[in-house]
Amino acid sequence: MLARRTKSSVCSGWQIVVLLFWSASALGAVGPDGAPGHGTNIFSPASTPAKSIVDLSAFVVVITGIIFAVVFTLLTYTLVKFRGRAMDAGREPAQVYGSTQIELAWTIIPILIVVVLFLATARVIHAIQDVPEPAGAVDVIAIGHQYWWEFRYPKLGIVTANELHIPVSDREHPTPTFLQLLSADTDHSFWVPELAGKTDLIPNHPNRMWMDPQRTGIFVGQCAQYCGIQHAKMLLRVSVDREDDFSAWVRAQQKVAVEEAGAIEGWRVFERNACMNCHAVDGTPADGRFGPDLTHLMSRATIAAGAAENTHDNLRLWIQNPSAIKPGSLMPAMKLSDADLDAIVSYMETLR
Amino acid sequence: MSSNAITIPGTQIQARPWVDELHQWLTTVDHKRLGILYMLSALLFLVIGGVEALIIRIQLMHSHNNFVSPEVFNRMFTMHGTTMIFFVAMPVLFGFANYLVPLMIGARDMAFPRLNAFSFWLSFLGGLLLYFSFVGGSGLYGAGNAPDVGWWAYAPLGARAFSPGHSSDYWTLSLLVSGFGSIGTAINIIATILCMRCPGMKLGRMPLLAWLYLVQAGMVLIAITPLSAAQIMLLIDRYLGGHFFDTQAGGSAVLWMHFFWIFGHPEVYVLVIPAFAFLSEIIPVFSRKPIFGYPVMVAATVAIGLVSTSVWAHHMFSIGMNSYASSFFAITTMAVGIPTGIKIFNWIGTMWGGRIQFKVPMLFCIGFLFQFLIAGLTGIMQAAVPFDWQLTLSYFVVAHFHYVIVGGILFAIFGAFYYWYPKMTGRMLSETLGKWHFWLFLIGFHLTFDVMHIPGLLGMPRRIYTYEPGRGWDTLNFIITIGAFIQAIAILVFVANLIISYFKGAEAGNDPWDAWTLEWSTSSPPPAYNFATVPTVASRRPLWDLKHPEDPDSRYE
Repeated sequence: MLARRTKSSVCSGWQIVVLLFWSASALGAVGPDGAPGHGTNIFSPASTPAKSIVDLSAFVVVITGIIFAVVFTLLTYTLVKFRGRAMDAGREPAQVYGSTQIELAWTIIPILIVVVLFLATARVIHAIQDVPEPAGAVDVIAIGHQYWWEFRYPKLGIVTANELHIPVSDREHPTPTFLQLLSADTDHSFWVPELAGKTDLIPNHPNRMWMDPQRTGIFVGQCAQYCGIQHAKMLLRVSVDREDDFSAWVRAQQKVAVEEAGAIEGWRVFERNACMNCHAVDGTPADGRFGPDLTHLMSRATIAAGAAENTHDNLRLWIQNPSAIKPGSLMPAMKLSDADLDAIVSYMETLR
Repeated sequence: MSSNAITIPGTQIQARPWVDELHQWLTTVDHKRLGILYMLSALLFLVIGGVEALIIRIQLMHSHNNFVSPEVFNRMFTMHGTTMIFFVAMPVLFGFANYLVPLMIGARDMAFPRLNAFSFWLSFLGGLLLYFSFVGGSGLYGAGNAPDVGWWAYAPLGARAFSPGHSSDYWTLSLLVSGFGSIGTAINIIATILCMRCPGMKLGRMPLLAWLYLVQAGMVLIAITPLSAAQIMLLIDRYLGGHFFDTQAGGSAVLWMHFFWIFGHPEVYVLVIPAFAFLSEIIPVFSRKPIFGYPVMVAATVAIGLVSTSVWAHHMFSIGMNSYASSFFAITTMAVGIPTGIKIFNWIGTMWGGRIQFKVPMLFCIGFLFQFLIAGLTGIMQAAVPFDWQLTLSYFVVAHFHYVIVGGILFAIFGAFYYWYPKMTGRMLSETLGKWHFWLFLIGFHLTFDVMHIPGLLGMPRRIYTYEPGRGWDTLNFIITIGAFIQAIAILVFVANLIISYFKGAEAGNDPWDAWTLEWSTSSPPPAYNFATVPTVASRRPLWDLKHPEDPDSRYE
């Protein structure tokens, strides 16, 4: 019974039909940069935890759909059949006070339904939550910050932000990713609907979640737990890469920043203006941890936790006036001169 | 009794100058006037909270909208939630309790009239304190001028590091103050029901409304006290260097969640049990039959009260509880559906074989039945923990609880207004305007909250002031906003009906619905002392016995 898929629940009620209609329309969404894009539809799973949830939800939706149909019909029938008519003016109907048999029937049947639903639920809770971490798994520490994500790969020595790269996992050689979830400030929640259900990032309360995506591409999501002014623009991108692409990305990320001749001026501005108090650039003295690591900034498609695409103009605007892109962001407006601004943006553009 | 009730016209009150009249209202300890004051203050806050909802909906009408800033949006949803729960739903339900419980059990007032007045003014001033934050909260650079931490104020967002200034203090204090008011009223309701019943009214003969309010008041005592304790702990954290919820110093954010939801979930039933109470009075009268299975209804209510105190962590399935805790809260949550289901079946049983009159109060109750059914079933979906890992914190859960609170509780409250307004004012509410109100609100409600489930399934989290285009959310949000405005129009029709009918409504007489409980035996509005002679009852439907001396209920007890 649990093995049923979403499609089989289409017939369980008009609500589901409407729901799938909208689901289908969202499936057509394509990622902004032309990469194989995925939407945020919880019924379009690409990873085992999300798939088990869809299987359970199909079961629950069918059961609740049946209950709905039965009670809805009974209620409607009662209202139509026993509506008051003009001819019964003044006369009262038979006064009935109750019936023990009927009361027992509509107590016992719901109890049985609850037992079945509970057993199905408990099984899936255990199957998702109590999975031991296999040897080949990729470890990631995800740290929620007010309005951006920090990702650390302790085994690989990589630090990045906002865009998580993980390998695709096939059935023969599963390479699931296990995330340890921490928070640097308030509560956040990691939610990429097509990969897994959400798990909160709570300060002083480390959590764990895992995913084993079976399709490549960009999966989007966002912070789901209200965390402050810019909760809305704390977006998430998970790039699920082919095995060789992932290895190449890891090698690139492991390199330290290369100092290019033309960028010295920009580095000076970076150094002079307290940027390095908050941002780290590997291979330089900059090692701030309050803001995202910039060592490989240009390898990311977006800036400001997904609030804008990573283009020259957006970078310039972001450094000049972060509020123009993301009001309430904790990045201060540095009030640089045009010359300094150009220099620092050219420096940023060397951080590939 | 209805035919020979002594009607005392209120001429001596009408002759007073308005200052005296106002003074009378401000200093009253009469349960009926306090009940009406509760309702009026709730209506005031309903309009304010409704305007906040409309601001939220305009902002979300399409992606990347700039109607309000993120700061203002965050204040709006915080104030909307806090207002609607604490200063609309609670007061209006306490208002009905105040007005109806003494009348229905044949008492002349509540057990503690002064405590009653004190509790009302605490609750009302709590609401004013919350809104004073717009003035008193501003000043500090970078600090908001109204609470913007969400109506749960999850730690550590409420700590001074993340919520500087005084906006969160206004939130904390207003909940603390109104919480004391709620506790006072709950004690009063319990004492009244246990000690003030008229001769012959055994517990088993009380109208179901009194029974349900007895359970509700008990739950208020269980639910509000941990909330008040948590607010005091938060104040200690913020001003006396405490570290209960200060995660930077080893405090626990999860502790706050437990405190909040051990209040928050029973609170849902604190709000819905009075709605059940209204249905249990209105459906029998408009089906012309006694309530089906009275003892089972009482038992189911007590069961809901007990079970609902052990379901709170189903609001927290995403916080990383272990699988045993999640399983426990899954089964308790599903189990609470059993007594709730029994209630729905008993209301159907009441209508079965009856002669249903589709007057406006009954229309709202029928709306309740259909909508509460759906709300209960989406609740079951969220009790399936893994499913909830996707649904929680999304617009699906927002749709679900609005289905409960608007589609269920608010519909029942509207039904109660149409049913008891004649008793309170002596005049009928207009049926025509009432039907406009019902149908407009029904259409607006379904447009908004049916559709709102879908963006949740498509991955839209709650509490975001804007969203990215291209996720399939735009059209849906636009429809939701249109529905919200239709609901707002319906509310205006309702308010107009309340005002117009007060002056021009048809005379109600003592007993316009041909009902069976004691409040209909006295005049409309009742005199200050309620009953000229304290009634004596011999069954659950004393007025049925009077109207049908040949076939009284008392014969079957």
